[in-house]
Amino acid sequence: MATEPFTSAPVMVGRSAAAPEPRPIPAEESLCPVISHSWVNAEYRHLVVEASPKALAVTPGQFFNLLCPSPDVGELFFRRPQSVYRIDRPKGRVEFLYKCVGRGTRGLATLKAGDDLNMVGPLGVGFHLDPTWRHIVVLGRGVGIATLGPISQLAKDNGVGVTAILSARDADFVMAGALFAEAGEVVSVLDTDGTSAVDNVEKILDGLIAQKRADAFFTCGSNRLFQLMKRVGRANTIPGQVAMEQVMACGLGPCYVCVRTFEVDGKKELRRVCIEGPVFDMQEAVGW
Amino acid sequence: MVDMSVKIGSVTLKNPIMPGSGCFSTDLAQVMDINRLGAMVAKTVSRDYRAGNPPPRAAEVEGGMINSIGLPTKGIEYFFEHQVPDYRRFTPPLVGSISATTIEDFEAMARDVAKGDIDVLEVNISCPTRDPKGGNFALHAEHTYDVVKLIRATTEKPVWVKLSPNAGDIVTVAQAAERAGANALVVSNTILGLKINTDTLRPAIGNKFGGLSGPGIKPVIVRMVYQCARAVKIPIIGCGGIVKVEDVVEYMLAGATAVMIGYLTFRNPSGMIAIIDGLEQWCVKRGFKRVADLTGAMIDEAPMETFAAAAMPIG
Repeated sequence: MATEPFTSAPVMVGRSAAAPEPRPIPAEESLCPVISHSWVNAEYRHLVVEASPKALAVTPGQFFNLLCPSPDVGELFFRRPQSVYRIDRPKGRVEFLYKCVGRGTRGLATLKAGDDLNMVGPLGVGFHLDPTWRHIVVLGRGVGIATLGPISQLAKDNGVGVTAILSARDADFVMAGALFAEAGEVVSVLDTDGTSAVDNVEKILDGLIAQKRADAFFTCGSNRLFQLMKRVGRANTIPGQVAMEQVMACGLGPCYVCVRTFEVDGKKELRRVCIEGPVFDMQEAVGW
Repeated sequence: MVDMSVKIGSVTLKNPIMPGSGCFSTDLAQVMDINRLGAMVAKTVSRDYRAGNPPPRAAEVEGGMINSIGLPTKGIEYFFEHQVPDYRRFTPPLVGSISATTIEDFEAMARDVAKGDIDVLEVNISCPTRDPKGGNFALHAEHTYDVVKLIRATTEKPVWVKLSPNAGDIVTVAQAAERAGANALVVSNTILGLKINTDTLRPAIGNKFGGLSGPGIKPVIVRMVYQCARAVKIPIIGCGGIVKVEDVVEYMLAGATAVMIGYLTFRNPSGMIAIIDGLEQWCVKRGFKRVADLTGAMIDEAPMETFAAAAMPIG
């Protein structure tokens, strides 16, 4: 790992030269060399970096806060949170799949193989996999599909069956089909042929429940599909988890920028996506 | 060896670096050794529960960020029961920060705090977005005097008063706080601002107005520190846009005894620790044996080239 100051930052930030640390420090700011960076389709990019040992301890659903290069003459003053898409421990790599949508991701897209990516992490609370589950259902749309990759992989590694329902505009945007196919069964639902409609997805979920292939629900990327899964989950008492996004500043807890609304026993409360999430109980989340 | 310690009235800090209120919690133990900080500054608490402002709560701007969090808090009882013991797992002195909308509320809180296990009381009379229109005590010298006077009478603890850059004349507000018995001044809170999203044509953050912070505001606040330092005898803590060692040096040269750091932690989570190390190295390089010697050490004369130009008038 690089121990040089972080040249992309406005300040020389190196590791502390302090006396031995009194307690474990699980996350860090590290410079991770880019291994490859390519377009998946017209809007999405796949980024592979060499991760530091701390970064490599990332678990499914956790995220890194990335310092993106600026895409223009201005500067970016916030990091951009990005959940991990693939964790390749044997090769020491972490992968991201992201959509080029704003200044941050357009800046991120300028990184080339050999450049360094400044990442802070791993951060947040990831997905939980109960050892008693035999079969899980993951339901993702758009960039949310990426977030569901690592939990599907983990389930497969633990002998848990996975059905991945991947929702997209058209066949071009069903990403990572191969990754999910390795982990289990893939059901693509598209806007082009109408299969992505909520009532059709509901039928698919009902079918999986009838076949006893839905011990737990996981979702990310679409409020519409989240609301559906929450409703079906409640009706059938199936536990569920949702990974959420929100604009972040610190990404570490103190600043209270990234709150979303939750409801427990009829009482609403705000929770921070960065440290109390980004993965939350599906029934407690209100949506976005 | 450089003596990195600084004295803020009766409180000695092992170095002049501490976090700004609202930019720190024990969550930062995820990325740093909190015990290395000069002090810990808790997020401002109010007497009762506050949900805070609606999201989005922050947006980036050129030179920094604009935020309106709205001081979410579980109230002062929760603070003392749960948060203070959590902070006390760490060794630096603990600065508690309080806010209120009425003078009576402030006094009642100060009474609660006087008994509590904190080392210093920061009085936040300057949150620009607690009142949606941006008003606060620190905009006016007489309101500042009244609230600080009451708090002073209720507690023996050191009282630091956090001022507002939105005051028309921050110097008279600083003098009012000193006269009322403040032990130190924090200069300052954020600058009230507005960012408009040009895609949606709506305000960029939920509260409409927000507080501007980050490196873009630093020269404004350094100027205020300089002006306040010349007008009061109590120590000043500089706060606004510090992202590197030289920024700390600048604040201290202008008259600050110590500094608070906020935005930097968002960009470089362990940046405060790097600055503690870097400040010591800077002092070694420049031959300062005590970091405290930097306070007010600006050579208060025109830059060298101006002198040279004056010596050789044109024409």
